[in-house]
Amino acid sequence: MIPGNFAYHAPTTVEEAVGLLADLGEEARPLAGGHSLIPMMKLRLAPLEHLVDLRRIAALKGIREEGAALVIGAMTTQAELLASDLVAARCPILQEAAALIADPQVRYLGTVGGNVANGDPANDMPAIMQCLDAAYLLSGGGGARIVKARDFYEGAFFTKLQEGEILTAVTVPIPAAGHGYAYEKLKRKIGDYATAAAAVVLTLRGGTCETASIALTNLGETPLYAAEAAAALVGTPVEKAAVDKAVALAEGITAPASDGRGPADYRTKMAGVMLRRATQRALARAAG
Amino acid sequence: MAKTQIALTINGRQVEALVEPRTLLIHFLREQQMLTGAHIGCETTHCGACTVDMDGKSVKSCTVFAVQAEGAAVTTIEGMAAPDGTLHALQEGFAEMHGLQCGFCTPGMIMRAHRLLQENPDPSEAEIRMGISGNICRCTGYQNIVKAIRYAADKMNAAQKEAAE
Repeated sequence: MIPGNFAYHAPTTVEEAVGLLADLGEEARPLAGGHSLIPMMKLRLAPLEHLVDLRRIAALKGIREEGAALVIGAMTTQAELLASDLVAARCPILQEAAALIADPQVRYLGTVGGNVANGDPANDMPAIMQCLDAAYLLSGGGGARIVKARDFYEGAFFTKLQEGEILTAVTVPIPAAGHGYAYEKLKRKIGDYATAAAAVVLTLRGGTCETASIALTNLGETPLYAAEAAAALVGTPVEKAAVDKAVALAEGITAPASDGRGPADYRTKMAGVMLRRATQRALARAAG
Repeated sequence: MAKTQIALTINGRQVEALVEPRTLLIHFLREQQMLTGAHIGCETTHCGACTVDMDGKSVKSCTVFAVQAEGAAVTTIEGMAAPDGTLHALQEGFAEMHGLQCGFCTPGMIMRAHRLLQENPDPSEAEIRMGISGNICRCTGYQNIVKAIRYAADKMNAAQKEAAE
């Protein structure tokens, strides 16, 4: 499988990349790790005339702590996320999720920015970012702007990212010390997308759930932020009745496709199972 | 489409070449560099038969453009044995432990295992299995591949210990 012809550009600054994308128009696409785009190009499902490779832009790399947040450069690979002591200490759910993405070779090249910006509802990081209330930093000809992960996704492969804009960084508020977290992903095999997956972050005080956040992967056209399900846990000891209620509320907002991963009803049920497991593990990890 | 000049290192050798931007690294290696050790299996980033080492990462060369390897250091299976033909510990391990049957997946398996052992010189069986989870073998059932990688780890660790003493 050989892609169609295109011209290759490798800018070294964000300004240069954004300028190229603006000049070249809709026939141009940015390239991050390439592990979603290149397969589509090989299938000739992503026709383009210009490829703007972001790999030389140093400003898009690296993970740093800034105030109460982690700032993750868009071109940070999943492997770099997994190797980061800072991420392990501050926000380990990112690593739990990254380890479940594809396989080792893909994680060496696949990027956090590409994963969240592509708008593929099967990708894992968008739900994680919604769960964590992360914000995306976007740069375009008109300057930079910030869009919350919870507001970014509009439909399958449709996002708030506008033509000529690139996502440059993800800002993740660091969850409270002692928070519990878990990402549960049901998949048929290594490398597969989720049949259903659920992310949970919660905090306890005196055995009562003080805050909770829940998001779901691959159960609709976009990642699903399950605000009502999370609210059902808050103020409870996260006992069975509260979890049952959260599961029912979460299942209620799913709208999965029936496909090779199973019929829609089954996938909705598995969303509930994943949420139940993630909640239990998050609870076990939470201090207080 | 205009070709692009690239310069990279392949198995320690400086290489300069002209490639179309759309040329995949696997095709560049096999058809322009005549390094046919890395195999084309699924062509869809699943099977791992095309795995090579690029700048300290195992990559599936069917999903990397040759232009993305500009400036990189690439190692293929052809670069694993010593110049005098002495097999690398992994190659020896695959032979000794019957880590292959048809052999189609072997170059990719060995290149992936090579990076795995660089990062984790003493992996558990579970770590080996997760480490090679991006490489598919349809013959062996993986048992002997795991043993082959463990054989190589033991041999490399013993050699290192000996060198240190």
